[in-house]
Amino acid sequence: MWNWIQRFSSPKHFYGMSAMIIPWFAISALLIGVYGLYLGLFVAPTDYQQGESYRIIFVHVPAAWMSLFIYMVMATSAAIGLIWQIRLADMVAAASAPIGASFAFLALVTGSLWGKPMWGAYWVWDARLTSELILLFLYFGYMALQSAIDDQRSADKASGLLAIVGVVNIPIIHYSVEWWNTLHQGATVAKLDKPSMHIDMLIPLLLMAVAFKLFYGAVVLVRTRNEALYRDRNRRWVRELIEKL
Amino acid sequence: MNWSEFFNMGGYAFFVWTSYALTLIVVVANIVSPILQRKKTIARIKRAIKREAIINKSSS
Amino acid sequence: MLNAFYHLLIRDLRLALRNRHELANPLIFFVLVVSLFPLAVTPTAEALQSMAPGVIWVSALLAVLLSLDRLFKQDYDDGSLDQLMLSPNPLMILVFAKVIAHWLLTGLPLVIVAPLLGMFMSLPADAVSVLVYSLLLGTPVLSLIGAIGVSLTVAVNRGGVLLSLIVLPLYIPVLIFGANAVDVAADGLSVKGQLTFLAAMLALAASLAPLATAVALRITASR
Repeated sequence: MWNWIQRFSSPKHFYGMSAMIIPWFAISALLIGVYGLYLGLFVAPTDYQQGESYRIIFVHVPAAWMSLFIYMVMATSAAIGLIWQIRLADMVAAASAPIGASFAFLALVTGSLWGKPMWGAYWVWDARLTSELILLFLYFGYMALQSAIDDQRSADKASGLLAIVGVVNIPIIHYSVEWWNTLHQGATVAKLDKPSMHIDMLIPLLLMAVAFKLFYGAVVLVRTRNEALYRDRNRRWVRELIEKL
Repeated sequence: MNWSEFFNMGGYAFFVWTSYALTLIVVVANIVSPILQRKKTIARIKRAIKREAIINKSSS
Repeated sequence: MLNAFYHLLIRDLRLALRNRHELANPLIFFVLVVSLFPLAVTPTAEALQSMAPGVIWVSALLAVLLSLDRLFKQDYDDGSLDQLMLSPNPLMILVFAKVIAHWLLTGLPLVIVAPLLGMFMSLPADAVSVLVYSLLLGTPVLSLIGAIGVSLTVAVNRGGVLLSLIVLPLYIPVLIFGANAVDVAADGLSVKGQLTFLAAMLALAASLAPLATAVALRITASR
């Protein structure tokens, strides 16, 4: 079985196989996303407390979940790369980081845009937004370390270790920030309550979340293929491939 | 379906539509960026192949 | 093994004490930065007291951050780090010795000077003692977590800013609980929860950070 894993995880083999998988991810992401958006924008009822502005959750919450999900995948791949020396895992980790960071950024900006009508201010030190900001910093640290170290293997291992340390810290950070926030829930700030989740609101939310994850699947595969091409640029399989292009 | 009401989003048009626009931008960026990256990588490898061919020719 | 631990600790302390003036830098930085705040605002006792826990804690954080470089840089440059990594003793233990030395040289002085700064910022006496306890528990955690960051960036040229980027997010829980403990103490409330959490973080960091640091060193600093 070990042989099978080694063969399966060779960048060359991955490159060939991923070409077939990517369209499935992309198309299903598109279909589910469009349907989710339709339900969210047209079918879901108006919220009793927040009016129409709550519809931002259909992108804000999936983006936030996405940023956390991607970080987990990144850290797990990095751990696999570190422990079992599987280069493909390192490539997946490196490919995932910019995607996760962009969604963390999106979560922050949409959260801010949701905050203005709700709390009257574009930025409030709410527990979730603050945790999301720290997550973005963790992503930046990972990407900065990756690019700072010249030797590819060392860069992968070092940033992989950082991702693992970050994963251990995420629950601690989350708990600390939540705790800090409950203390400071001032009278001036209306408590941010997710609208009580009517099923007609929950379904589009979940659909969007799934669509985002499938989108990530497609994008990370494309990015990983790029990593494979770049890192193996001096190897025969890449050279042969390029000459055919 | 009252379109003008829909676009107005109960007065929150700016916030809702900017959020969705930004989402679209992030999604598009995540599609375009790897495509550009791929082109760059392939071009780079092709240049390296050319360079090596020249070096090999001149040394033989 | 304990022998190696002890000797490495003593060696680091001795080396540092040869350049005594360098040791004062983080300390002076700490005092200086805290002193800037009263100068930047209207220094009424109330205003100062409300910002004191945050200001003192952030300044302590930055002072430790600036001093982290000394942990491995010199050893990396002159080859002693390579020797340490070749030693039959577990690298984790040796790292632990170095981190303790680092804390004794940079963190502990901050703790000792803290009451003076508490006075500068008009903190009441109860809050000052909690400040000392929180820093006493917190600064070792900062050294331990900082060690992970330094070990990842030791081979990077001008890795100072990169180090801050990596380490500061990880410092945030310590900052939150440390500063909050002092804040709450100034109001006369119980700080048991906060200090317990700081102690828990210290226990976690002390057990895991040296291991992570050792792994990081083997990744980045072996040639």
